[in-house]
This record gives sequence, C-alpha cells and structure tokens, in this order.
Amino acid sequence: MTDTTTGVFPTTRAEGCPFDPAVGYAGLRAADGLTKLSCPAGVDAYVLSSYDQVRDLLNDPRLSSRGAVSNHVVVDRELTADAPPGSIIHLDGPAHSRLRRLLTAEFTVKRMRALREYVSELIESHLDEMLAKGGPVDLVQGFALPIPSLVICELLGVPYADRERFQSHSVILISTDATTEQAQTAVDDLSEYIAGLVTAKMQQPADDLLSRLIQRGNESEQPLSMQELITLSISLLIAGHETTANMIGLSTLALLRNPEQLATLRDDPSLVESAVEEMLRYLSIVQYGLLRYATEDIEYGDETIKAGEWLVAALASGNRDESVFPDADTIDVRRNPATHLAFGYGAHQCIGQQLARVELQEVFSRLYRRIPNLRLAVPFEEIRFKHNALAYGVEALPVTWDA
Amino acid sequence: MRITIDEETCIGAGQCVLAAPEVFDQREDDGVAVLLTETPGKDQRAAVDEAAVRCPALAIRLEQ
Repeated sequence: MTDTTTGVFPTTRAEGCPFDPAVGYAGLRAADGLTKLSCPAGVDAYVLSSYDQVRDLLNDPRLSSRGAVSNHVVVDRELTADAPPGSIIHLDGPAHSRLRRLLTAEFTVKRMRALREYVSELIESHLDEMLAKGGPVDLVQGFALPIPSLVICELLGVPYADRERFQSHSVILISTDATTEQAQTAVDDLSEYIAGLVTAKMQQPADDLLSRLIQRGNESEQPLSMQELITLSISLLIAGHETTANMIGLSTLALLRNPEQLATLRDDPSLVESAVEEMLRYLSIVQYGLLRYATEDIEYGDETIKAGEWLVAALASGNRDESVFPDADTIDVRRNPATHLAFGYGAHQCIGQQLARVELQEVFSRLYRRIPNLRLAVPFEEIRFKHNALAYGVEALPVTWDA
Repeated sequence: MRITIDEETCIGAGQCVLAAPEVFDQREDDGVAVLLTETPGKDQRAAVDEAAVRCPALAIRLEQ
C-alpha cells in the first residue's frame, strides 16, 4: 500500500483495507510540522496528523469548536454560524462549560457502572431472540442499533410504550440512506416528542437524566430553556446511538477477520476492557476528524496558525501513530491503549465515553461467548461501509452460526 | 507525591477514575474529580501518572 501526500484532505480508504484510515495520513505524520490541505467542503485546513499534534492543539483554548464536527467534509451547517442554543459540540468557553457541568454528573464512571446490569440484560434478551430465531440475521438491525437506542431511552426516561416510536425516528435520523426530507421529518417528530417529554418531566419529575437535568438547570444561575433541553436530548441521542452502534458492528466484523484475536478475547474474560480500548483506537470511527477554528494567532512549532484559519484534528491518524502505538496498524487485544484519541481530547472529549465503555464491554463479554461460531453469512467483499458518514461503520452485517 | 486537581479545568470525563480508582472519584452533583486520598502510597504512583496523562483537560498536577 503506497501512501502519498497530495494537496487534498484524505477521505478515501485503500481498496481492500476498510479498517485502515484514509490513504495519506502516514505521509502527513512523517512530514515535519503541519500540512495545510484543501478539504472537500471548500475550506483549507491544517491537518493535525500525529498523536502529539492532536493532543497539543485540541487542548488549546484559542481553538473554537464552532465548525464542529466534520463540516470540512460533511457539510451540515454554515461554517462560522453561531452555535444553536444547547448545541454542546459547537459551543466554546463558559457557554460550553455551563452545559457540560450540568450534564457530567449524569455520565460519571459510577453512574454508568450502575447501568451495567440493565445493559447486560438488554444484550442477553436480544441474543436470546437471535438464537431462537436462528441465522442468518443482520447484526446491525437486530442487535447493534436497538441496544444503544434502548439504553438512551432508559437514561432519558422515555416511557416503555413510546420506545418503538422513539427508536424508529432515531434510526431514520442516523441512517445514511434517508433523504434530507426524511431526516428533517424525523428531527421534527423527535423534537415534538421530546418537548412533550420535557413538559411531562417538569410536571412530574422521575428518577431519570432529563428530570435531574431540568432540576439542576433550575437550581443554577441560568435554567435550561426548552430549546436547549430539546437540542441537548437530540445531541445525546445521536451521539450515543450512532457511534456505539457503529462500533458494535465494525468491531465484530474486524474481529471476525482476525480470528486469532477474537479467540484470544473469547477465551480470556480479563481482556475485555483492554480489547474495547484497542478496538476504539484501531477503528477510530469519527472518520474525518474534528474541525477547529483559530480565534487568534497560535505559534506551533515553526508555524504560525493565523486567526481565522481552520484545523482538523485527525483522530484516526493520531491513533495509528507508531511512535505511541507500536505496530499500530495491527489489532492487539492485549494492548490496552488507554491514552487513545477515539473519544477526542480536550474540553469536548466525549461526555458519554463511560457509557460507551460499559455498552461495548458488555457486548464483547457476551456476544462472542454466547455465539462462539459466529461468522459472516455473505462474502466479506459484499459488506458495504458507511464511506460518507461522519461516523464510520457497516451498513449491514449479515451473520450466521451453527445451531 | 502530592496531587492537586484544578476543579475549574476538570471536565468530568472520568479518565482518572478508570486509571486510579483508589485515588480518584467524581463528585455526585457535578462529576468533577475529587481525591480519595491526598497522599497515595508508592504502589499508586504508576496509576496516578497514568491518570494525569489520560486527563483530557490536563487538570491533574503532581508534585514530588
């Protein structure tokens, strides 16, 4: 596989290497200093490709997230537009901290571990259903998508009777096949539903995230508005649903393609935590990196990044940096790469990372042991990947097993 | 070894709790990191170093 640096931001993966980042990053990492490239959305951006560059700059308060997340490739809003109210990923400084502080209590290590039993029961019941029905099944539709979606429902406090409606909307919302109109209809319907849910929680608070968030906001200097609560809820839904679902599907495929690694993991339960971190590192599903904007001049090495210029922190590239992760292009479930960049870095690092860990750890502990002879039901070459989505994954994963 | 946490900088990611669960915890009302002990034993040194490196906000300071 050759790796050449051109003047264009890397977005294309090599033929036959669906688990490796887009071609071009290795050359960028080998170059001295930062390289400025033209991005598909028509902006030029410095690409932070090495592990150190990503960490150094994502923690720099002079960089703004206003253009987040991947607007340099997948355009979904005007680059320099003001952040919509409640859009935590686009906000900076005190406006960002205000929302982050109101939410972090909901995603602590302790609170997420308390959800472990619910998550494991959910996984077991889906596996029971799959095994009873028999293969082949699409692991994405039957397992990877519903589990994180139902966990978000549980967190937010969506009543059981509404979960099917909620799930069908959220599947459209994150689908790459949905038209813009279908996606907009799903956003509108979900916003309307969440507005109703927020009103209900205001009148009758329960023991759930949304009720506590409303209360915590009310006790703060600036209570959360209805628009903020809706945007926050939808952000949590998308961030928590699509990413975990993609990680479940893509990890399973990558492990099926590396059977000795899958066997090592299956035979030694103590490797589950390490294996989850390794798959997060290896797959780095936020595939185009994080877009940032310099609010003032920044000296970095020999370069001066001027105010008003754009930067892209290429998480997938930093996670393949050989100087930090030797043999970085190989899966090693024993590696335990605790300092990987898959959840980002800096003030915006993934707020739901402890939830993702619990979900993925429970999947890794159960799926491959309950179905030890899990295998693809179609040739590998027929698997379709989400090449144009912000979060990379498989469109479908037909699997089967011996009864 | 003396540890200090910059509470203003902390973003409540929980990385320190994963790295050194005997030294760090998170406050229940806002998720900010707190110390379970200010003077952890030598056996915690490696775990505390890892916590400081993993912190996405560089909010943990270590002094000998």
